[in-house]
Amino acid sequence: MSREFGELILDLQNVSLAFGGVKALTDISFDVREHEIRAIIGPNGAGKSSMLNVINGVYRPQQGEIILRGQHFTRMNPYKAACAGISRTFQNIALFKGMSVIDNLMTGRNLKIRSNLLQQAFWWGPARREELAHRARVEEVIDFLEIQHIRKTPVGRLPYGLQKRVDLGRALAMEPSILLLDEPMAGMNVEEKQDMCRFILDVNDQFGTTIVLIEHDMGVVMDISDRVVVLDYGRKIGDGVPDAVRTNPEVISAYLGASH
Amino acid sequence: MLYRENGQFKTSYAADQQIFAIAQDRWAILAIIVFALVGVPLLVDEYLFRAILIPFLILSLAALGVNILVGYCGQITLGAGAFMAVGAYAAYNFHIRIDGLPLLVSFLLGGCTAAAVGIVFGIPSLRVRGLYLAVATLAAQFFTDWVFLRVPWFTNNASSGSVSVANLQILSWRIETPVDKYLLCLTILVVFALLAKNMTRCAIGRQWMAIRDMDVAAEVIGIRPLFAKLSAFAVSSFFVGTAGALWGFVHLASWEPAAFSVDRSFQLLFMVIIGGLGSIMGSFFGAAFIVILPIALNQFLPAIGSVFGVSISTAGVSHAELIIFGALIIFFLIKEPHGIARMWSTGKEKLRLWPFPH
Ligand SMILES: Nc1ncnc2c1ncn2[C@@H]1O[C@H](COP(=O)(O)OP(=O)(O)OP(=O)(O)O)[C@@H](O)[C@H]1O
Ligand SMILES: [Mg+2]
Repeated sequence: MSREFGELILDLQNVSLAFGGVKALTDISFDVREHEIRAIIGPNGAGKSSMLNVINGVYRPQQGEIILRGQHFTRMNPYKAACAGISRTFQNIALFKGMSVIDNLMTGRNLKIRSNLLQQAFWWGPARREELAHRARVEEVIDFLEIQHIRKTPVGRLPYGLQKRVDLGRALAMEPSILLLDEPMAGMNVEEKQDMCRFILDVNDQFGTTIVLIEHDMGVVMDISDRVVVLDYGRKIGDGVPDAVRTNPEVISAYLGASH
Repeated sequence: MLYRENGQFKTSYAADQQIFAIAQDRWAILAIIVFALVGVPLLVDEYLFRAILIPFLILSLAALGVNILVGYCGQITLGAGAFMAVGAYAAYNFHIRIDGLPLLVSFLLGGCTAAAVGIVFGIPSLRVRGLYLAVATLAAQFFTDWVFLRVPWFTNNASSGSVSVANLQILSWRIETPVDKYLLCLTILVVFALLAKNMTRCAIGRQWMAIRDMDVAAEVIGIRPLFAKLSAFAVSSFFVGTAGALWGFVHLASWEPAAFSVDRSFQLLFMVIIGGLGSIMGSFFGAAFIVILPIALNQFLPAIGSVFGVSISTAGVSHAELIIFGALIIFFLIKEPHGIARMWSTGKEKLRLWPFPH
């Protein structure tokens, strides 16, 4: 597979993160290029989710720097990350349980809302027009993910596989330039996984979104990602195109050594 | 006509986003409002206005405010009574200190003052939640109790904090009879309910609910907890404060700080739990229930008792009231956290499909 990638869009340099005595990440450097699908793999507890949390500012690393489109951040926070066009899904679905699918997706439009509280209270022209315009965009996401039939359902009532899809939908509604996916296919059956793969590839293809993906299913990872980084006990033990990573002896031993 | 949405196809998102998406609901609400404005004043006697309808309307307004904070934004509060007090005393001060200030403006300024105080007492919510936040808001209660009792300026040097207002007038409309008071409260309530509904279906309402349901995810999506929480405190306190001003000026006419004690805070919280957390309609159900229950018990409990040959004293009735409230709160918290409003909507959902349940 030969694909053209753009500039460096995201660059992590020497990031270390610890929780008390637990070292979640040790001196990790890793970069992401525009338009690529970048996978992060590794055994349980390797620090994959922590890495995503560092990228969008949920966790603050003790050391290291994040460079986003040439801009240096020592302290990222979730709001700044969202403004910079980073959106994500969560390993343990973090949808707004009391709200309908549409409302969940509409929250993804939040940063683009310009009308103020008073205009909204009076359902004033700008607020109303805005609401309609964003609804139309959200409907496009709903069509894209083929979830028209559940648009009014409270998300708490949906089966797991569909919740994962709505979680992706909410992230897509932000029209991100970088999309972080934390195990989007965990717990899914084969058919659901195929659907999810198709959505991820389509997003990458149609909208040019850069994707950072954590996934345990090796078949999927080797299939859809352009470059793979391998973590083990918070250290980086491999980085490169899928074929190179697959034959890396350190990676093989980490995977054979770890119960999986 | 059957309760159906068959044939009511929505051809635009605008139609789909209406407050009442089903035509029957729209007509029903319109009919209720018209009846409340025209029919009720013709049918109801003075006692009912004073004892039930006016308190119901004002407490509905306050419950609406509490529901915005507790039900929509998920921030618990035990300070609603305090914000009512702030609204009432602030409106009083604007009323007596600024000559010729229109009455409605005094009310709204009372609400705004309550909003400002609400923001201050909402600041702890940025750090703590649940029980700790409840205690922090309880502090507002004790603080205002103290201020209005001990700082004479706020009560125009009245002893023991008791103040009174007279000769209420809006333009040339003198608000004297219970019917006048009822119509004033009704109008304000309808307008405020509409504002609340608009906010909760717009971006700001989604921000509140997102913070309530999953605050980490909300932040990741670009919602600032600071703005979402404090705006909920402000809007909620504005509603509650305006209700406080109405309670003082229109319902009581003369009052002291005890009118807005911690009992009131609990009562408002119970209203939204029983009526339905996170539901505009629920605020009305809850207020109606809590206003009517004691009166109904007073009427019927002694009668029921005498059938069985037991005489029930007034003290017995008020004990029974507490027991019933307690039992209901526990029932709703365990069985139906969305209160009467949810029972109502499940009922309607069944009715939509009736008589074919599948
Ligand atoms: N909030 C936290 N507080 C304390 N320790 C944490 C926290 N988050 C992660 N850790 C620890 O950091 C290490 C890495 O966790 P992380 O969730 O990043 O692993 P992972 O690679 O995503 O694993 P999995 O495949 O199970 O999702 C683990 O030892 C974990 O216990
Ligand atoms: Mg993980």
